[in-house]
Amino acid sequence: MGAATLDTAFFAAWIEEITRSVGAEKDRLTRLDAAIGDADHGTNLDRGFTAIAQALADKEPDTPGALLTLVGSTLIRKVGGASGPLYGTAFREAGKALADVSEVSAAELVGALEAALAGVQKLGSAAEGDKTMVDALAPAVRALAQAVQEGKDPREAAEAAASAALAGAEATVPMQARKGRASYLGPRSVGHEDPGAASTALILTALRTVAAPRSAGGSPPAGPDGSPGW
Amino acid sequence: MKKLINSVDSVVTDALRGLAAAHPGLRVDVDNQIVVRASGPRPGKVGLVSGGGSGHEPLHAGFVGYGMLDAACPGEIFTSPVPDQMIAATEAVNGGAGVLHIVKNYTGDVLNFEMAAELSAEEGVEVASVLVDDDVAVQDSLYTAGRRGTGATLFVEKIAGAMAETGAPLPEVVRVAGEVNARSRSFGVALSACTTPAAGKPTFELKDTEIELGIGIHGEPGRTRSAMRGARELARTVMEAIDEDMPISGDTLVMVNGMGGTPLIELYVVFAEVADYLASKGATAARSLVGNYVTSLDMQGFSVTVCLLNDELTRLWDAPVETPGLRWGR
Repeated sequence: MGAATLDTAFFAAWIEEITRSVGAEKDRLTRLDAAIGDADHGTNLDRGFTAIAQALADKEPDTPGALLTLVGSTLIRKVGGASGPLYGTAFREAGKALADVSEVSAAELVGALEAALAGVQKLGSAAEGDKTMVDALAPAVRALAQAVQEGKDPREAAEAAASAALAGAEATVPMQARKGRASYLGPRSVGHEDPGAASTALILTALRTVAAPRSAGGSPPAGPDGSPGW
Repeated sequence: MKKLINSVDSVVTDALRGLAAAHPGLRVDVDNQIVVRASGPRPGKVGLVSGGGSGHEPLHAGFVGYGMLDAACPGEIFTSPVPDQMIAATEAVNGGAGVLHIVKNYTGDVLNFEMAAELSAEEGVEVASVLVDDDVAVQDSLYTAGRRGTGATLFVEKIAGAMAETGAPLPEVVRVAGEVNARSRSFGVALSACTTPAAGKPTFELKDTEIELGIGIHGEPGRTRSAMRGARELARTVMEAIDEDMPISGDTLVMVNGMGGTPLIELYVVFAEVADYLASKGATAARSLVGNYVTSLDMQGFSVTVCLLNDELTRLWDAPVETPGLRWGR
């Protein structure tokens, strides 16, 4: 077994892993939100991803693009708040960028995540440094693009993206919020991790989890010859 | 933390069931989470839709009825509603003269209403929006999401509602709604944090001797924390913040609004001080409201909203209204 094949099943597994980790981490996300927002981020995302499981079961999309688009629409319809439209747009834009290919190449995945980032930035008009999800998403997309360009295997590329997202989320701690509800706190938003950046890091960590070959236990072996298998 | 709920997940729908049972003048669609007038849309009348997170009762569902809103979409607690709700509400109240969305300036409300307005427009409904952003506690609008929408939302809903009831066309209703917002300012103070049912504990810690100045309505912490002080001094701090931003003069409409956990007796203590402050500026509270109107669950504290009246706004404020939360003249 080599690298993951980025087919519909792969993306479904990614969404399942996001759902699992959002469920497991929802209290932490809500606590982060309580510090500088209104204490509902974890609950909201959990509600959205729980609804997605049902939506995917009802409709069974047959391409990665259709799957991500359905995920996005469901988030918009179920989550509310700012995170519903923002994450919903991210997944919808990613899905639309993939069009109707049945198997996604590494370059296409990069393109999809770039489209997601562009959609989020357009809707929320946030830039890096504003203490939002963009601070995790933008560096993750850059890291993924660079890894793919260097011909890294999917596990390594996803690893790079997840690490960059986690570092980006961590880097929001000393920032002063300039967008969203935390911006009302002004200087008092400093010293807290942004909940949106934290959930974005979860989503990319889930990508790393599913991109790693699922050998039982232990750390998976590296790709056999370093050739990009996706 | 003790709460009168059945389960965290069903708080909003259970409350809507209660609203439906208590107020036959409203039609409550529990599945879609929307509240509309039972009488349905009136042909040729502009429809007014508002919405936002639940937890601010009676805002917004309690202001649906004659002379005010045609529909409200309550979101989850402190979470903006979703576009599906807003689209359903917009379609339900469209009497052919267009629909006005009254949106509080919070990122989530703005984004969801924008999406709903676009989709409704694609369905052929003429939709306009007014953004309420009256909170003077948010000063630096260049690098934030801008001022929050708080107490003035009620003024906009009442006055635009009265204008719509006259059969005025959409641009006129939009104009007067914008004018109310432009002439209104608010400032809030919390003596305690609130407890959302999902979190089960207060959203922030406040010592007995501390208060939060410049709070919004979602349990979010305010801009500064300071020592507790007497009502006179607190009222003065609030009124000075408002006056500094928008010099107060002449006839005003004033609301001393409870955040949900403060008894009326204390709100009247505050109102007395507010009235004295107005007098010191040569202004008067020509119209007033004292009570819990735009709340933040069980938060203790209050906000003051001042609107500088003119003849048109006074007339529209005085027009009959019949809703669960506001009612006179009919």
